[in-house]
Order: sequence, then C-alpha cells, then structure tokens
Amino acid sequence: MAIDEGLKSELAKAGIFTITLEGVYNWGRKNSIWPLQFGLACCAIEMIATAASRFDLARFGAEVFRPSPRQADLMIVAGTVTKKMAPQVVRLYNQMPEPKYVIAMGACAISGGPFKQGYNVLKGIDRFIPVDVYIPGCPPRPEALLHALMTLQRKIDGQTSLPTNATVTNRAYGEGSEEYPVPEFGEHDLVPPYNPDLFKAPTLPRTNAK
Amino acid sequence: MTLGPYELNYLILGVLFLMSVAFAVGPLLIAWLITPRKPSKIKNEMYECGVQSETDAWVQFKVQYYVYALVFVIVAIATIFVYPLAVIYKSLGGAGLLFLTSFLGLISLGVGYAWKKGVLEWS
Repeated sequence: MAIDEGLKSELAKAGIFTITLEGVYNWGRKNSIWPLQFGLACCAIEMIATAASRFDLARFGAEVFRPSPRQADLMIVAGTVTKKMAPQVVRLYNQMPEPKYVIAMGACAISGGPFKQGYNVLKGIDRFIPVDVYIPGCPPRPEALLHALMTLQRKIDGQTSLPTNATVTNRAYGEGSEEYPVPEFGEHDLVPPYNPDLFKAPTLPRTNAK
Repeated sequence: MTLGPYELNYLILGVLFLMSVAFAVGPLLIAWLITPRKPSKIKNEMYECGVQSETDAWVQFKVQYYVYALVFVIVAIATIFVYPLAVIYKSLGGAGLLFLTSFLGLISLGVGYAWKKGVLEWS
C-alpha cells in the first residue's frame, strides 16, 4: 500500500509530508539493531573498539550488545570460526528471534582467511547461516564495521515486512520455519560440511581450450 | 460535580499514572502485535549459550547445602571484619583483644552450634 512516489514529492512541495506504516516500522528497526555480544577472535577486539567511545556504535543505535540471543537482532561473526565452534554459532543464530541479520566480519568469517587451509577452520560462516553483509579485512577497521552497519541499515530500509504489503521481501516474515540445521562432528569433518540450501561449493569447469 | 484545585492535583496524578503505564505497556503491545512468531525446537530450548542443553530445567538439589553455605558465609565475613582490626590491633591495646575475642567467640559459638546439630556432615 505504498504511496505513489510522484504524489509523495508533489505533496512534499506543498508542505505535506507523508509516510507509510512500513516506513515508520523500518525506521524503528534499522535504528535499533541490537547485536549479540559474541566475539570469536581478534576481529572481536575491533568490534569492542567500535562499541567504545572513539568510534561510538551508539550513534547508530546499535550499542546495546545483548548477552542473550533471545534479545538480539544482529549476529556479528567477528573472527575465525573453528569447526569446534561452528555448531554453537549456528545454534545461537537459531535461537535469535526474527527478523535477524548476520554480518560476517573479517577474512576468517567470510572464507577462513589466512587459516583457510587449516584442518579445523570453517571456510566461511555462510556455509551454515545466511550472511547479509560481508566485511573484508584482517581485521577490518572499526570504520569498516560501521560501514557494514550502515549497509545493513540500508538493506533493512528497503525491506517490506508488513502483511499489508503484497510482496513481502523480508525472509523473516514469510511462511515456513527459519531453523537452520546444526552441524555435528563427524569422523573427519562437520556433518554436513555445508548447508546445501545456502551454499554451493564453487567448481572450476574444465574446458579443452587449446 | 466540580473539581476543586485539590481534586485537580489528583487528576494530574491519575493522568500521569495512566501515561506511565501506557509508556511501558505500549511498546510491549506493539511488539506483540507485529512480531513474526517462528518457534522452533532449538529456539525453545532453555539454555541459550550455544551449547546443547541436556535434561530438564527443573532439577532437584539438596536443600541441606543451603545451611552449609550459610555457615561458610558467616566465616568468610568474619575474615573481612578481622583483617581491618588486625591492622590497627597494636594501637587498640587491651580493648582490641576484648573486641576480637568476643567477636570471634560469638561466631564460633554459632558455628559450633551448627556443627553440633550435624549441619557440616554429609550423609
């Protein structure tokens, strides 16, 4: 039930400002993202610096780090995810209430980073949970995390959530369960090694080019 | 019925009370209305630290431990009182000895009574 953009700007010229319920809702959501207080490795130190006074995450309404997944909207995967830790990360993500978002912070959380060849390092958290924003860097600077948060805010702003809307783009408001399978320890690797619904292993096509 | 200034003050109080209730309950109500509900097995688990929970939240533990812990607290707090006294013990003279012995005596009386009652014995 979005108002026509042309009519909106026409009304704005006459001094009448219109806003949709969706707009108010998203404005509230994007300015009160509560992250899960959860650090894995050295990226967490940068995350702490971001929350502290010099970079001041509170400017974006996201300073309330929650020690419980029940109260958190955002999971910042800050650091190397070992295979020992991956099931816990997925379980914590499953315990967060919808709508929920994930920022993969740093090279390790994206792909395993410098430890990619290690036997016990998960090659990217996006193998098990859906990631909204990736931050490259090793570790990324606090400014990069702030930029990721602003990117996430833009994403939230563009989502439609309310059932009054014909097309709901926010996954959390759709039908069906939002539980992602928690991997278990197998003989050599996590079982399954990745969630086939989320992640597709990149393959290098061999061609007979001369 | 007309409201005098006295009743009016109470009216203001009532309005403020209603506003404070609405301010607290309103956000909860809005959240309850618009929140997407997606309960799942993992989400409904009682433990929320990432580790898989085992058994039930309703477990029994020995109530005897309560008295045991209480006796421990008495002794632990006694040290907090005795340390500052020990610092200025020499300057207190004979009175210090009196304070210390009477304080420790009272505490040992209590602990001794608990001991005699068999609190410190596990069976």
